[in-house]
Amino acid sequence: MNTLDSLYQQVILDHAKARHGDGELPDADASHFERNPTCGDEITVSVRLEPGSDRIAGLGWQGDGCSISMASASVLTDMAVGRTVPEFLALTEEFRTMMRSRGAGEPDEDVLEDLIAFHGVSKFVMRVKCGMLAWVAAEAAAREATAAR
Amino acid sequence: MTIVAPNQPLTDDQVERIKADFPILQQQVNGRPLAYLDSGATAERPRQVLDAERRFLEHDNAAVHRGAHTLAALSTDAYEDARATVAGFVGAASPSEIVWTSNATDALNLVAYGIANASRGRGGADAERFRIGPGDEILVTEAEHHANLVPWQETALATGATLRWVPVDDQGCWTAADALAMITERTKVVAFAHVSNVTGMIAPVAEVVEAAHAHGALVVLDACQSAPHRPLDVQALDVDFAAFSGHKMLGPNGIGVLWGRSDLLNALPPFRTGGSMITTVTMEHTDFMPAPERFEAGTQPVSQAVALAEAVRYLQAIGMEQVRAHEEHLAQRMLDGLAAVPGISVVGPAAGVPRSGLVSFDVDGVHAHDVAQYLDAQGIAVRSGHHCAQPLHRRLGLTATSRASTYVYTTDEDVDRFVQAVSEIRGYFGAAGADA
Repeated sequence: MNTLDSLYQQVILDHAKARHGDGELPDADASHFERNPTCGDEITVSVRLEPGSDRIAGLGWQGDGCSISMASASVLTDMAVGRTVPEFLALTEEFRTMMRSRGAGEPDEDVLEDLIAFHGVSKFVMRVKCGMLAWVAAEAAAREATAAR
Repeated sequence: MTIVAPNQPLTDDQVERIKADFPILQQQVNGRPLAYLDSGATAERPRQVLDAERRFLEHDNAAVHRGAHTLAALSTDAYEDARATVAGFVGAASPSEIVWTSNATDALNLVAYGIANASRGRGGADAERFRIGPGDEILVTEAEHHANLVPWQETALATGATLRWVPVDDQGCWTAADALAMITERTKVVAFAHVSNVTGMIAPVAEVVEAAHAHGALVVLDACQSAPHRPLDVQALDVDFAAFSGHKMLGPNGIGVLWGRSDLLNALPPFRTGGSMITTVTMEHTDFMPAPERFEAGTQPVSQAVALAEAVRYLQAIGMEQVRAHEEHLAQRMLDGLAAVPGISVVGPAAGVPRSGLVSFDVDGVHAHDVAQYLDAQGIAVRSGHHCAQPLHRRLGLTATSRASTYVYTTDEDVDRFVQAVSEIRGYFGAAGADA
């Protein structure tokens, strides 16, 4: 696989187009806006919890950015919904660790599932922020939604 | 490198000889020869400039304008010779009209905060001409680089003056008529880029200056994208201040230039204060030196000035008319090439309207960062993002564009490789309507 293809894995290119979760989330418990000032990418992620629980019932996002950031938001939607907030925050930490690895190590595919496709992104220091943008916003929104309980 | 005939674009041989002077351009990046198309952000430096700085540091380096030893004298001479060289390069009336700053951003802040300081009473009667307040207007354009926008926002806030801006059209351009419609007796400062760092548009300086001066307003020219790329004569342009950066014109980082008319520089209150800019200091009061020293507080960037002067001599040996002609040729080659690629929108002046040697563009369905990444994999360096011009991009309805910018060492082959690679991008990313 050449360097470019290791960055733009097919999973990423597919998610960048499919954009799961793209759109407004009705009845959101919390929303959080994040912006990458160096490139102008921006995203607002909204989270809705199940009534009386800390399980994430719905996640939606609105944003504009590169294929890495949009694909990451799409995978986020697939993986966050159905998890409790603590489970989701733990997953975010796993993802963050992989993204900061600069391509080192063998990430756990059982835990990270489709996120494993972003392992190649971690080698491109300038693009790590793109991969993390939606997750950082979701992390804040999830915390805020819990706190509001 | 050799001196070439005036008013002719450089020949392929001449460009190859120039390129051979740049060690950094002799390498491969990602397995391909480097095609450096990001000179608008920072230019690369020729051996001559690197050698001049090293030679100075190995033989002459000392603090300037202080001390009586031999190296102090040699350094002071070199430092002031550099000032004279830059003065000649931009057509200044005297070397004392050249103020060393750390970069163009610093130079623009010097003027903006000098005006703010005058407006709170600093500078005495001499600074009266700079005082602005409620009811007065500072005029910029919607196309400005943040460096020529944010300092004016701050000065407006500090003084109570109103910041207004000349709007741009759907291509990011503005006209003399647009500007003239906004220049009134309330206008005190008009600040704009000579050449836009995003669109490559060349501003109608003469018309704006005439209108501004007719209404008593000062004109501040951001010459960052003009001084390195085309002949610049500040007296012929009749502006009041002009700012540019060393690192965009084959020189070092950490040095920039503010040119100002000497009567204005000597009346403008300083922005930064400290050592090297005073005549008498008591515990209660300080008298400032005349320009340029009054704006050069602290230890000076001497080796940077020496190297910048060498960069100026390098450009002068080529000839600024030739630099301009070469880059306009390259821009046209880029525009012609991109015009044949489906899904590419170029921002900036319409076809046939003069522009500088940079081209910003949008690739339909592919984000600018992905464009730059794809090109980088082929050893082609372009800028992606908002290029420090968020309001302009917002007006264009784009969060980011990609920008290819040229310089004296850019070859036709660089441009052709760039166009070829751009033509592959939409297919790679599977953009709607692209041939996979």
